[in-house]
Amino acid sequence: MPTPSQTVGPFFHYALPYEGGPETVPPGTPGAIVLHGRVLDGAGDPVPDALVEIWHPDAGFGRCPTGADGEYRFTTARAPYLAVLVFARGLLKPVATRAYLAPDPADPLLAAVDPARRDTLVAAVAGPGEYRFDVHLQGERETVFLAY
Amino acid sequence: MTHPPYLHPDYRGTTLRAPARDLVPVPYDPETVELTGPVYGSTDVDPAESDLTRGHAGEPLGERIIVTGQVLDRAGRPVPDALVEIWQANSAGRYVHSGDRHPAPLDPNFTGAGRCLTDAAGRYRFVTIKPGAYPWRNHANAWRPAHIHFSLFGRAFTQRLVTQMYFPGDPLFAFDPIFQSIPDVKAREQLIAGFDLATTEPEWALGYVWDIVLDAVPFEEQ
Repeated sequence: MPTPSQTVGPFFHYALPYEGGPETVPPGTPGAIVLHGRVLDGAGDPVPDALVEIWHPDAGFGRCPTGADGEYRFTTARAPYLAVLVFARGLLKPVATRAYLAPDPADPLLAAVDPARRDTLVAAVAGPGEYRFDVHLQGERETVFLAY
Repeated sequence: MTHPPYLHPDYRGTTLRAPARDLVPVPYDPETVELTGPVYGSTDVDPAESDLTRGHAGEPLGERIIVTGQVLDRAGRPVPDALVEIWQANSAGRYVHSGDRHPAPLDPNFTGAGRCLTDAAGRYRFVTIKPGAYPWRNHANAWRPAHIHFSLFGRAFTQRLVTQMYFPGDPLFAFDPIFQSIPDVKAREQLIAGFDLATTEPEWALGYVWDIVLDAVPFEEQ
């Protein structure tokens, strides 16, 4: 039986974030992109004590805590999508999702998702090389979360 | 069901943060990105990071302990080179964190964060101080049982695990909604380390053993 998950709690900041964690490629790397966004709760309020992790073999692994405004910010490499995990106080296990930078309607996950909710998996273009991806933990615009 | 549900109202923090909609299963194929994960090696971690009692001017206060165990996959195979990160309160139940308002003393000789990589047999080992219980404001007279936070990376992103290790016989288990959020009693008990005399070092430190089993990886032979 796998070991059960427990919340990351509110006190991880001196242990888990590390220098360079939000940069999976050095800033200024040709082709690097910025992925940023907010983590929001069911009342639409920012979650200031979340930890966001991203992963793609072509982009690397990144880790970034949210600030007082619930905002995280990564510098990473372009990939069709990034796997995203969010940990927080009040989350007894992480939520898993994907941030699609280049959504392909034939993608097996996008095809499987209710079309009305599909855009919660798509990072919005916010500028040249800049994408915005908000994570709504709950509520009308709840992000599509994945079962691993 | 091993893992706790997202919504566990006794733990108030879950009410506005628990997703309410059904999760969507990942349509796995052998190329699925979540079946891979970051790979760590010995150059990423300094062995000194596994001793939380060092790196300060003096010795921390409290009961010195050794916490060790094996990281295993669902088939019982050891997971080598797994990154294990831990953090905890000091012996008085206080975290080195600006958000911790518990009026218990900080220890200038204890930070409470460590890391290591598992060896070829999937083993990890930390030297630290037994953390104290501490109050929180979830409900009237709420106290967390003593625990060490653990974060683990296996072979795949699907195996990523953040959890808490508890100590045997803690009288606070029955009152802790975070521990009690795990519905299955046997699963819950998997979070409790065992005292181990063979790990205990004479005249120096008490030993606790805690094995960790990671979730299965689709397409891996079970």
